[in-house]
Amino acid sequence: MVSVFIRRELALLARQKADWLNPLLFFIIVLTLFPLGVGPEPNQLRIMAPGIVWIAALLSVLLASERLFRDDYRNGVIEQLVANRQALMPFVLAKIVTNWLSTGLPLVVISPVVAMLLGVEPAAFVAMMLTLLIGTPLLSILSVLGAAITMAADKGGILLALLILPLYIPLLIFASAAIEAAGMGLPYNGQLAILVAMLLLAFALVPLAIASALRINVS
Amino acid sequence: MTEFFSAQGLSCIRQDRVLFEQLDLTLNSGELLQIQGKNGAGKSSLLRLLAGLSTPDDGTIYFQGQLIAECLEQYAASLCYIGHQSGIHEQLTAMENIAFWRAAYQLPYVDSMTLLGELGLAGLEDLPCHMLSAGQQRRVSLARLWLTNCPLWILDEPFTALDQSAIQRLQYRFRQHLAQGGAMIVTTHQPLSDGFSCLKTLELSYRW
Repeated sequence: MVSVFIRRELALLARQKADWLNPLLFFIIVLTLFPLGVGPEPNQLRIMAPGIVWIAALLSVLLASERLFRDDYRNGVIEQLVANRQALMPFVLAKIVTNWLSTGLPLVVISPVVAMLLGVEPAAFVAMMLTLLIGTPLLSILSVLGAAITMAADKGGILLALLILPLYIPLLIFASAAIEAAGMGLPYNGQLAILVAMLLLAFALVPLAIASALRINVS
Repeated sequence: MTEFFSAQGLSCIRQDRVLFEQLDLTLNSGELLQIQGKNGAGKSSLLRLLAGLSTPDDGTIYFQGQLIAECLEQYAASLCYIGHQSGIHEQLTAMENIAFWRAAYQLPYVDSMTLLGELGLAGLEDLPCHMLSAGQQRRVSLARLWLTNCPLWILDEPFTALDQSAIQRLQYRFRQHLAQGGAMIVTTHQPLSDGFSCLKTLELSYRW
């Protein structure tokens, strides 16, 4: 069932290209503007790079999540899935997986280019790839939660940001700490382990919360 | 003998307005319950209660003698609910929408092409549904009734936007379902044609 749902979401993404292209372009635009804004001094950029990359990633995932459930809610798909019960959880999992494939994965893929723009050192660059690889699925899970909670709200955008950004903060702290440690040649296994722990915990529990949020929104 | 489906003393309050109270209904296998009433009388709210989507302000609903709150999984597996909205995503084709619902209800594979042909949608299977007319979209939405084997159907205004021939075909499918021992609850303003031997009607009056 999950694979059919994932194929459906991918077909939708193939037809609504703005849904995943806009966040990606946003990510690239923010990161190209930064060196222009703060000046091209390589050392300064190198120090700021971890924070910049992660803040841009965070905001672009947030940008992608607003419309996640909007159409399915309006069309009554969610309502009928809730009545059906058994299909709700596979639907939630398919949403999470495709959200990561369409917004998280592209960020990981273009991060080498970003690293060049900001003059990141090779050691920090590996750390950046790793934290993005572990961190973006967590971003996706949390943003799907936010989208599920706010799907019935008319202008849910700012509410979504207020609800979800605080949950991103631990991720932001540990991910940029890992990149910073790597840049100074220090081990960063600890930070990565915490990121993995946060991801596993979220993956185990948040889908249940998402399903409940959908249920509450249609009742 | 326990009834297939029954509800006792149902009340529903929306925005301080009592839509209905102390409503009783029973439904046995092979019966069709038609719910009538003016716009805003609470038909859709009643169907949502019966489908387990919202909880009644008062009253109980039984499925095969059990409270539905106690057998939610079993009840949901026996229920095919199609609400006011079609459950069709406009960006997807008819085939993709049907494949989605077939997976959701875990139905065996059928040839969707033949089914769409029977529903008068031949040649339109690969168009996104936003290019279809309202009636054609409704047909795509109702297509799952030809696939499902759920014994209880709850349908909110299934005839909306359908033309006469489609209405006839849908009523034929209703009779098939009832003959196989299924039961259904339908809201409609359209008078159902003759040939429903076990037709019950329930009139909801508009209240202030």
